[in-house]
Amino acid sequence: MGIPVLYTIRSAQVRWVPNLVAVVSIAGTVAVFVSMLALASGFRATLVASGSAQNALVRRAGSTAEVESVLTIEEVRTIQDAPGIARDDQGPQVSPEALVIVARPLRQTGTDANVQLRGVSPRVWAVRPNVRIVAGRAFTPGLPEVIVGKHAARAYQGTELGSTLRFGGTAWKVVGIFDAGGTAFDSEIWCDAVLLNQAFQRPAQIFQSVTVRLVSPDAFSSFKDALTADPRLRVQVDREIDYYRKNSQAVTRMIEILGTLVAFIMGIGAVFAGLNTMYSALSARVREVAVLRALGFGALSVLGAFLLEALLIAAIGGLAGLFLVLPLNGWTTSTINWQTFSHLSFAFRVTPRLAFEGFFFALGIGFLGGLPPAWRAARWPVARALREL
Amino acid sequence: MVRLDGQGQGLIQVRGLDKVYRRGSEVIHVLQGLNLDVDAGEFVAFMGPSGSGKTTLLNLLGGLDRPSAGRIIVDGVDITRLSNSELARWRARHVGFVFQTFNLIPVLTAFQNVELPLLLTRLSRAERRQRVEAALRLVGLADRMKHYPRELSGGQEQRVAIARAIVTDPTFLLCDEPTGDLDRRSAEEILDLLVALHREFGKTILLVTHDMRAAERAPVVLHLDKGVLVEARGGVGV
Repeated sequence: MGIPVLYTIRSAQVRWVPNLVAVVSIAGTVAVFVSMLALASGFRATLVASGSAQNALVRRAGSTAEVESVLTIEEVRTIQDAPGIARDDQGPQVSPEALVIVARPLRQTGTDANVQLRGVSPRVWAVRPNVRIVAGRAFTPGLPEVIVGKHAARAYQGTELGSTLRFGGTAWKVVGIFDAGGTAFDSEIWCDAVLLNQAFQRPAQIFQSVTVRLVSPDAFSSFKDALTADPRLRVQVDREIDYYRKNSQAVTRMIEILGTLVAFIMGIGAVFAGLNTMYSALSARVREVAVLRALGFGALSVLGAFLLEALLIAAIGGLAGLFLVLPLNGWTTSTINWQTFSHLSFAFRVTPRLAFEGFFFALGIGFLGGLPPAWRAARWPVARALREL
Repeated sequence: MVRLDGQGQGLIQVRGLDKVYRRGSEVIHVLQGLNLDVDAGEFVAFMGPSGSGKTTLLNLLGGLDRPSAGRIIVDGVDITRLSNSELARWRARHVGFVFQTFNLIPVLTAFQNVELPLLLTRLSRAERRQRVEAALRLVGLADRMKHYPRELSGGQEQRVAIARAIVTDPTFLLCDEPTGDLDRRSAEEILDLLVALHREFGKTILLVTHDMRAAERAPVVLHLDKGVLVEARGGVGV
């Protein structure tokens, strides 16, 4: 049996003031690390959730984003006839959509920010069944009316129900607020696609993309094959969920790299805090260590006890950091989506996996901060240490 | 029987023991060619001025330090040839230490301090408890088991340290100035306890002390001066 854990715990308790410094340092580092990853995770989740595995997104071949694509009405009609598309009594569940980026002042700062204006077809409700009106009503096709996503309604000035928005030389009445389940659509404003093209003096029969509801997720391959094999079309077809996943990569990667870099730098500081704490703990307990060695506890036992103490402090720091960051879970913020250059609202997402990563990050700091002092304690000459005051 | 001629076959056999310290270019010979034989059940006091090498000798006999030359054989085992981990195991089994400053672990109770050496044995929890209680009873502190060192007097702390030293029933006890930090009355109590351990339980005790009164309680007194055992009193075969 090694040195009792009780000794480690009580020793850590006795030196609570310097240990608290290390705990705070590690907690801060873990909080920053986890919050940055939660930011990336929330951004990714928001975009990925925007897509459905049962939906396909059709764009012109070569366009990396929806806004870069152009599809004509003839192409839309060809797409509607493809196999695998879900149909109901109103026909195929297909929504040709037009996109425009417009600037609206933000409520918080009063400065302009880009918002994505999506012109949709009346079939959009069949294609995106997860979107529902939570206040007011849906826009009437052919009328200059808009419905506003719940995050956009919170973020932009003049988006209240009943108010009028001006863009493209047209006054648009806000007739409804919709909830898209925390997806990217919640940051958009929707209107009739035909009217949108007219308002912005674009050719009437031009769209950016076509979103299609498939009979099942398995129908995607046959649908895609049919479109890509059709000589009348030059399109690329993605599963909607994959499109949004790819869409999220640039920003999430940047946040993850930045977060990891910041956490790494803070981690170095926390390791030094740990080293300082454990070296001072060691210098205060030179004789205790010597006595334990004299009684017959081996160098490995001493090393284990000191390392355990460092890990204990780190674990407390890690848990404190997670405790600090947990209230962020679900907290909504916004950033520019680099694919659309529009503001995207999303919620921090502290997942169990991130919590584990944060906790093990803390233990890593504890290990690196505790190992050198523990190693030194284990190798101290016993006779000399017994003479230390 | 205690012998200084290196011809004995005692429990503890020290042969040609040298200990040299280097401080920069200076070489300090703390022990020089020391021979010693101590039979089981002896109570030997080592006296000598500061720097004479008493504590160094004790540390070497206890396997806490390594000699520059010579051999130390305890119960047939040459401890100078043991590896560090073997030496740690040997100390746990054969040596009970009593230090001047008690050296109890402040965050553990008297019971837990005494139990520490037993954690290195294969005894069950119940057996450990039985042994700890017996050791604390023997030193008169059965009612102080749950007290922390800061809640005990100096004399009581030293008695806990003695209980810790004897709880594994080691081959011998090494006591380094055990009364050095105590008042007269507490010192007498500790010496009474050591004498009782020697007389009633046949413990082999090696005691280092400055205090003549403490040394007088040991049947055999050896004087160490400049690294050499130069004088003896008691039942010594030279």
